[in-house]
Amino acid sequence: MTLKPSDAELVARAKLGDLAAFEALTSRYEQRVYSLAMRMLRQEQDAEDVTQQTFLSALENLNGFRGEASFSTWLLRIAAHAALKVIRKRKGLDTVSLEEATESQDENGAIPHPEYIADWRQSPEELVQRNETRRLLDGALAQLDEKHRLVFLLRDVEGLSVKETAEALGLSEANVKVRLLRARLQLREQLTRTLGNPERRLIPTHNHPH
Amino acid sequence: MKCEEMLAMLNEYVDGTIDPAICDEFEQHMAGCNPCQVVVDNIRKTITLYKAGQPYELPLKFHERLHGVLREKWKETHKSK
Repeated sequence: MTLKPSDAELVARAKLGDLAAFEALTSRYEQRVYSLAMRMLRQEQDAEDVTQQTFLSALENLNGFRGEASFSTWLLRIAAHAALKVIRKRKGLDTVSLEEATESQDENGAIPHPEYIADWRQSPEELVQRNETRRLLDGALAQLDEKHRLVFLLRDVEGLSVKETAEALGLSEANVKVRLLRARLQLREQLTRTLGNPERRLIPTHNHPH
Repeated sequence: MKCEEMLAMLNEYVDGTIDPAICDEFEQHMAGCNPCQVVVDNIRKTITLYKAGQPYELPLKFHERLHGVLREKWKETHKSK
C-alpha cells in the first residue's frame, strides 16, 4: 500500500523543480478552487479564468510560500482574491484596491433579526435529493454581498476554521465572525421563506433592549 | 438572556465553541422561546444543506488545458534559473 504524499511533501518536491509534484497538487485542489469560483461568480468562463490564474500564481510564487498556513488555505486565499477582482471589474470598480473589498466596514450595524420563522417541511436529507435544491441554494447565495458570501463559502462550505478564513482573507477573526453570522442569518431567512411551512410560521418575539 | 443576546452568540452555539456557562443560559432561553429554538434549528439545517452540496464538476477539457498551460509556464520559469 502506498500512502499519498502530504501537501507539504509535494510542495517541497515542487520547490526543488519537480513538475509532477506541482501537477499532483493542482489535481488535488483544482476541483475545490473551481467550485469556489463557480459559487462566487456563477459563470463558467470566469470560474475557469480564476482557477487558471490561481494555479499560475501559485506556480510563480511557490518559493514565497513558507508554510505558515496550510497549502490549501494559501491557495484558497489566492483564489478568493482573484474572484473578488473579477466581481469588482464587473462592477466597474477596478481602480479600487482589494484591501478595500476585504476591509472591515459597515459591520458595526445591528444584526438583522430573523423575520420568517417556521419549521421546514422537509429534512436536509430529503432536500439534497431534489434537483431544485441546488438552484435554491445558489440563488440564496447570490443574494449575499460578496464579502459575506466569501466568508460563508470558506468557512461553511470549504470547512476552513475561523482562524484560517481570517488568514485567507486578511481579516480579523472578529470580523470573520460577524460576517459569518450575517451570512448564515441571511441564508436562513431566504431558505426558510421557500422551505418553511407557512402553517407553522411563528411570530418573532423581538425583545428589543430599548 | 434576551433574544437579542442569543442572536449574538448564535455562531458559537452552533459551532460548539460557546463558553459552557453561557451555553446553559442559551439553552434555558431556548427552552422558553419557541421562535429562537426554530431559528437555531433552521440555521443548523441551512449549514448542513450547503455542506452537503456537490462541488461543481471541473470540465475535463479545462483540466487538460490548465495542465498544459502550467507545463508551459513551468518550462519558462525553470529554464531561466
